[in-house]
Amino acid sequence: MTFWLLLTVNSVTFGGLLFLLSAGFSLIFGLMRIPNLTHGSMFMVGAYLGTSLLSGALGITLNFWLAAVIGAVEVALLGALMERLLLRRLAGQQLAQVLVTLGVSFMAADLCLMGWGGDPISVATPPALAGFLRFGGAVFPLYRLAVILIAAVVALALWLMLERTRLGAMIRAGVDDPQMARVVGIRVSQLFTIVFALGAGLAGFAGMIGGPILSVYPGLDQDMLPLALVVVILGGTGSLLGSFVGSIIVGFIYNFGQALLPELAYFILFLPMVLVLALRPQGLFGGQVL
Amino acid sequence: MFRKLTPRKENLAFRKMTRRALLAGTAAGTAAALARFPTPAIAQAAPFKLGLLTVKTGPLAQGGIQMEQGVLTYLKETNYTMGGRKVDLVSADTGGNPAGTKTKAQELIERDKVDAILGPLAAFELLAITDYIREQKTPTLSVAGADDLTQRRPNPYFLRAAAASSQAMQPMGHYAATEMKLKRVVTISEDFAFGYEQMGGFQSAFQQDGGCIVSKLWPPLVTPDYTPYAAQISDCDGVCQGFAGSNPLRFMKAYANTGLKYPVVTGETGGDDALLKSFGEEAIGLISCTPYTVDLDTAGNNRFVEGMLKNYDTIPGQYAAIMYVSCQVIAAGLQAVGGDASDKEKFMAALRAVSLTDTPRGPVKFDHFGNIVGTFYVRRLGTEGAKYGLKLWNKTIKTYENVSQFWTWPEQEFLAHPVYSRDYPPLTKC
Amino acid sequence: MTGRRIGVAVAILALIAVPFVIGEVYYVNIASQILLYAIFALGLNVLVGYAGLVSLGHAGLFGVAAYVTAYLLAAGYGHLVAILAAIAAGLVVTAGFAALALRATGISFIMISLALGEIIWGLAYRWISLTNGDNGISVATRPAPFGLPLTSARGFYDATLVVFLVAVAACAIFVRSPFGAALCGTRDQPRRMNTLGYHVWMIRFWAFMFSGLLTSVAGILFVYYNEFISPQALALTASAEGLLMVISGGAGTLLGPVIGAALVVIVKNVVSAYVTRWNFVLGAIFVLIVVFMPEGLVPGSVRFWRWVTASRRPRVAATVVERESRP
Repeated sequence: MTFWLLLTVNSVTFGGLLFLLSAGFSLIFGLMRIPNLTHGSMFMVGAYLGTSLLSGALGITLNFWLAAVIGAVEVALLGALMERLLLRRLAGQQLAQVLVTLGVSFMAADLCLMGWGGDPISVATPPALAGFLRFGGAVFPLYRLAVILIAAVVALALWLMLERTRLGAMIRAGVDDPQMARVVGIRVSQLFTIVFALGAGLAGFAGMIGGPILSVYPGLDQDMLPLALVVVILGGTGSLLGSFVGSIIVGFIYNFGQALLPELAYFILFLPMVLVLALRPQGLFGGQVL
Repeated sequence: MFRKLTPRKENLAFRKMTRRALLAGTAAGTAAALARFPTPAIAQAAPFKLGLLTVKTGPLAQGGIQMEQGVLTYLKETNYTMGGRKVDLVSADTGGNPAGTKTKAQELIERDKVDAILGPLAAFELLAITDYIREQKTPTLSVAGADDLTQRRPNPYFLRAAAASSQAMQPMGHYAATEMKLKRVVTISEDFAFGYEQMGGFQSAFQQDGGCIVSKLWPPLVTPDYTPYAAQISDCDGVCQGFAGSNPLRFMKAYANTGLKYPVVTGETGGDDALLKSFGEEAIGLISCTPYTVDLDTAGNNRFVEGMLKNYDTIPGQYAAIMYVSCQVIAAGLQAVGGDASDKEKFMAALRAVSLTDTPRGPVKFDHFGNIVGTFYVRRLGTEGAKYGLKLWNKTIKTYENVSQFWTWPEQEFLAHPVYSRDYPPLTKC
Repeated sequence: MTGRRIGVAVAILALIAVPFVIGEVYYVNIASQILLYAIFALGLNVLVGYAGLVSLGHAGLFGVAAYVTAYLLAAGYGHLVAILAAIAAGLVVTAGFAALALRATGISFIMISLALGEIIWGLAYRWISLTNGDNGISVATRPAPFGLPLTSARGFYDATLVVFLVAVAACAIFVRSPFGAALCGTRDQPRRMNTLGYHVWMIRFWAFMFSGLLTSVAGILFVYYNEFISPQALALTASAEGLLMVISGGAGTLLGPVIGAALVVIVKNVVSAYVTRWNFVLGAIFVLIVVFMPEGLVPGSVRFWRWVTASRRPRVAATVVERESRP
């Protein structure tokens, strides 16, 4: 019983983390039609920048949450820069986009190795959340519960943004019909930069939030990118609800698969993705932003 | 960052010339060569070419970078000489994958004509090139564990100054059963040969001394979150983990997060000193048995640790230490053959006969399979005795001397059972 | 046309002469690797370049053939059996891939192919009782077709060259055939092709099969070259590298994938001997190619050459245009 409870809570935690990572990925994908293969790198860079802010290696020492937010802002700026300098000129050319995002992810991985070395960096759990919650016979780390809460808050904020703000309306219009959006006077170019930066920032934020669970190490980017892809494909591109549901599903499949069927863990992780693609290529919630 | 191109080419040309001269074998040919290169002895004049197969990119880079630092620390200390000869180091990045290792081994042996190879890092890299180095007769000193390369599939050109995968775990099993008085242990390690062999060694020794393995868990090498596995640990009084790379950090964290409090024991990678600066408080109490400990207070080790701190400002772990020791072994072997490594069989025989007393890991000698017979250290992770600005430290609590890869079993008996695997030794009823 | 034929003949002679010119065993081996990956890239190019379907899962197909070869050889079967079975298995899996992936085009196709590739990688990596997991499978022998042993670097190069030339010829014939033209049609104008009575799905399916065949052949050569196979050869990075070869050289050209394969293999193996941060170099090269020659190195160079020769010609052409443009 304890075992199942623990796995369930953990699945939701992992799902929450995946949601932070993949929400931006999904929006970028849905709006700009860019398969952004640097998304895993953004997760990793966010985590590395966050650890440096946390440890004071950059001259200032911040607490965990500030480090996570400022790290995320930095990654968002890097994302905006990348969109302006590189992706901008490749609109509509999927081949070139694949090539350039892969190229940048190679470079980012190597730069991180240069800058932070190969040693894994473990991120201390914020002291206030270092404790445990006891329930039945099981013990739940507070931090993992907090991750669920953070993911829920971010999801709510994104939903409000998409539903209630002008920016959100423009994004929805853009995902629905990019040409029409342009016709009715939405400045698509500016919108793209904003969404790309937002997605990058969320990924960077997720990296730091994941830090106390996953720690930061070279190769983290490649570990996370396929998971984000699965989520987005399962949920449908450009759909916030889709990435939310997809994240939770993948969180459960991942945790229970590893525990119960380790030999086929990857098989059952990617199989639903193939099935969804074959039976419903647009994903579970494809085409609807919310 | 960029290796010098020109000297390398010169060396190559030079070496070709001397080789051709040697092959000619006539007095005239030799004389002509000598006239061209007016140096007293050709063998000593050409640098000894040392190849290093390491990993500088990707997830295994941490260990790979330490390997190179260990080698360079040795070379700087000896002013790039070994056994009286100048040393030319050629290092190659395998990228941590077997196909890359094969290509890079070819590069070192066929293009750079190295006299000996240090590395590679991982067992699966070594397995991909073992037939090749045997064909090429290139002495190879690796940190990789792969038991059978010094047991049932011995390679005459392979020498291991680190430890066979199961070697450190056998004393660990003994210690866990006899001193920690553990009875029921759950093992958890990566799902590949290094993990199987470590856990197999632990299980054999632990069971021999009255312990029992409750269950074995095998997460894959890439496991972002260990909680699903930690959640399966129950009904035991201890845990044995055999993780490598950065995985011990994450496992210990997930373990603590699951609320587990059983004592944890581990081997050379799971408690590696290079991880001390990354471990958090959750790792306190971790017991590890390793072939190298930074805690060893001998002249040989202090010189090495100071070198690492001076050159790289880094606390050495086992990868750096073993490479440094391997350099010492090569230097001693080269000394024994008078600096002439051209006869590979003779050179290899000399390397196997090397016996050293004061290396950073203590005394070193090899068994007839080319595997280390040496001291193993059981340490407890805590704050006691921490040095070099570290908060945590592995404090030695027991040493096992002259540990062979066969532990206390007779060699024949040990070799009669199959190599340790996922299912061997089998689980017995507890 | 005769100029072109002479060019082809010179190129073939040059390729045959490679081992004699470079001599060093190591570089001959690198040349074999380039040819092997060029076959892989040519196979991928059939889909990427001519069908407009970007696959990020081809390393999976490559791996199926490689694993079947290694598995059967390790189990004691002969080379002929292993190779034929590997090709058969490769084709069967390709058919499955195609059936699932061809339900979509564009980005969705990329994603399905990626997922399929990851499934095969996941099986190779985790189905340890079959594949030996991370430890991989070793193959101790290379075949000796017609009594010619392939154990030496030269022998292997020659054999790979023969396979490579057959593959290039097959691609050339394929491209010029009516089927090739129809395939390009499905890439550029799928709806129109449909209206014209072509079975678009079927055309794409057979193109996929042809691509899978070339990829399987490359996978078999890979096993024989390395005498070893492990899951890393199937990973997403391997698929990505294949794609990079095609795109950087120039998708939809015959020469492009070959040049791209040479570029990637050389950076990975030769440049990495001099530059520690070779991954950065590789990444930077791809970004620069996209920025300055978005169509790939081969078409880009052709364009550049035309531009150079055009600008060198006296400005007659320009003035003519100017005059004509005036009413």
